[in-house]
Amino acid sequence: MSEALLAVEDLRVAFAVGGREVRAVDGVSYHVEPGKTLAIIGESGSGKTVGCRAIMGLLPAGTMISGSARLRGSELIGLSDVQLRKHRGSDLAMVFQDPARSLNPTMRIGSQITEAIRTHRKMSRSQARDEAVELLRLVRIPAPDRRYHEYPHQLSGGMRQRVMIAIALACRPKLLIADEATTALDVTTQAQIMELMLELQAELGMSLLFISHDLGLAASYADEVVVMYAGKIVEQAPAGKLFGTGGTVRMRYTRALLDAIPHIERAAHTELPVVTGRPPDPTAMPPGCSFAPRCGHAADDCLAKAPALAEHSPGHSWACWHPCENGVAQ
Amino acid sequence: MSTESVAEQKRPLLSVRDLVQEFVVREGGGTRAGVVQAVSSVSFDIMPGETLGIVGETGSGKSTLARAILQSPRPKSGTVSFRGSELTRLRGRQLLAARQHMQFVFQDPFGSLDPKWKVRSIIEEPLIAYSAGDRQARRNRVDELLDLVGLDPARYARRHPRELSGGQAQRIAIARAVALEPDLLICDEAVSSLDVLIQAQVLNLFEKLRRELGLSYLFIAHDLALVKQVSDRVGVMYLGKFCELGPGESVYQRPLHPYTRALLDSIPSTEPGAGRATTTLRGEPPSPVNPPSGCRFRTRCPRAADRCAEEVPEPRELFPGHVVACHFPLTEAAEAATVTAASTPG
Repeated sequence: MSEALLAVEDLRVAFAVGGREVRAVDGVSYHVEPGKTLAIIGESGSGKTVGCRAIMGLLPAGTMISGSARLRGSELIGLSDVQLRKHRGSDLAMVFQDPARSLNPTMRIGSQITEAIRTHRKMSRSQARDEAVELLRLVRIPAPDRRYHEYPHQLSGGMRQRVMIAIALACRPKLLIADEATTALDVTTQAQIMELMLELQAELGMSLLFISHDLGLAASYADEVVVMYAGKIVEQAPAGKLFGTGGTVRMRYTRALLDAIPHIERAAHTELPVVTGRPPDPTAMPPGCSFAPRCGHAADDCLAKAPALAEHSPGHSWACWHPCENGVAQ
Repeated sequence: MSTESVAEQKRPLLSVRDLVQEFVVREGGGTRAGVVQAVSSVSFDIMPGETLGIVGETGSGKSTLARAILQSPRPKSGTVSFRGSELTRLRGRQLLAARQHMQFVFQDPFGSLDPKWKVRSIIEEPLIAYSAGDRQARRNRVDELLDLVGLDPARYARRHPRELSGGQAQRIAIARAVALEPDLLICDEAVSSLDVLIQAQVLNLFEKLRRELGLSYLFIAHDLALVKQVSDRVGVMYLGKFCELGPGESVYQRPLHPYTRALLDSIPSTEPGAGRATTTLRGEPPSPVNPPSGCRFRTRCPRAADRCAEEVPEPRELFPGHVVACHFPLTEAAEAATVTAASTPG
């Protein structure tokens, strides 16, 4: 195995809310290989975003973070803001869900890109300008010279997200983290942005870590898939081992997510298989498997003891006492 | 085919003809920059108990269409006939009375629920507005409605919206929408902001209401698979016009319009690496202030020819009930699909 670009080991993130401890991320480990794409999938509140923000150092002061996240061998957890800032932008960059809110509405997009460039790289104003136009061209924005002088409101949602990616790429990061970066976009635009990110990844030799609620997106675009539930990884495998012909989903929660997605192959008006209830309250986690209260196959052992995430077949890990056989729910 | 002949005998619940909605776009300083025809001569029917799904990208005019049907704001021209009365001509009390049978569910449930009100008052409000029953009758009706949407009245009636999850809040919005037993529910991206497991629950709820109350839906969403799941017929909108409209199975299995094909190709599949193989639609929709001449899709269409710039394609019915507005529809592919479908047993 090649050396991982990002190695996250036993990451834990907890907040103090009203005197009680909320464990948002509870012992998460994964690797992002150079040039590869990892998808972290989960519902709202599963801890997928909080975990990545902890790595980026974007969580409020007072958050309890432990564990390790090493980027090319150097530890990120526990760094001061000043030290982290050196990594942010140059080594790792992040693109968020809402491009409208991430951009400054009163600044021309060109100035916002040159600002990002000049923060991290020693460059003259005119060099930075040329570089910014080059970046706009890189993210396939038509007429970059003209767009350089426009304001965010003059651009469509898809174009704004391209600008955000251009800013993220300003310092040619080794790792791009995309947090629900295509969720607010139309299907056609979503496909364009995903294709763009994969093309740029190949061109620039970046690794891509994308966070999404959409298993379909993970199946189509990721090399490796991590499924999170209630702060923990519940299943992890290469995309080819989970989806499509020959793929087998073993964890019941992943199965439930997959079954709940409407497919165009499904006949109209058919009942979707549903899971009732909600993810557990993070201040009062059940003693057993966190999915057991919602799982149709939960037995006594599921409620008594939490299954650990273990590699049951080469490259495929899951945390379940009674996994699906051959990917089929029984 | 027997169901079709029955449907033909019935009169449509909603009948929209040549509906046009325009907005004036102003530049900085308030000078008139142009007129956007957000909905451009749209016609369709919804039969009692039927669900019509509408898909389209942002800016395709699907939400504007829904609002024009509701007369809020009033459409520029065209007719909207609902339960036999012409909504564009009704005003005041009469319009309110007609709207009682046509309700809305929006995307953001928290935006449509008053944060200061309790769930009981939120659901009771339309009952009071339309003077439906006395206090005790209304109370019972609220309990009944909460049961219907799968929430325990004892636990939820006294909560405030902030004490609800997104899925629960959307159920409350649905309970309020069906409180007056409407015939038509207009859902505008009603499940788009929900997590996939919650979304499945709400979709099943819509299905239950359709079966139990005989509701009709106008179901608007940008997610094609979602629309397929709930709809009898599906319309595909592009820049204010339907480019294709037909039975759900027919539209998804043999799309006739290149735009529909492109939309279907953009859906992420659960086949690994599938996303890399599909050809994505180039570019973005052109400005609606200056739509392209002729066919509005031609600037992004792989099949566009000279004729597409000169002549607006009129809707044509190429298969039973399946209408397409395109000079060069994908009929070869559709015929091939029909042949394979016919040769496949079952």
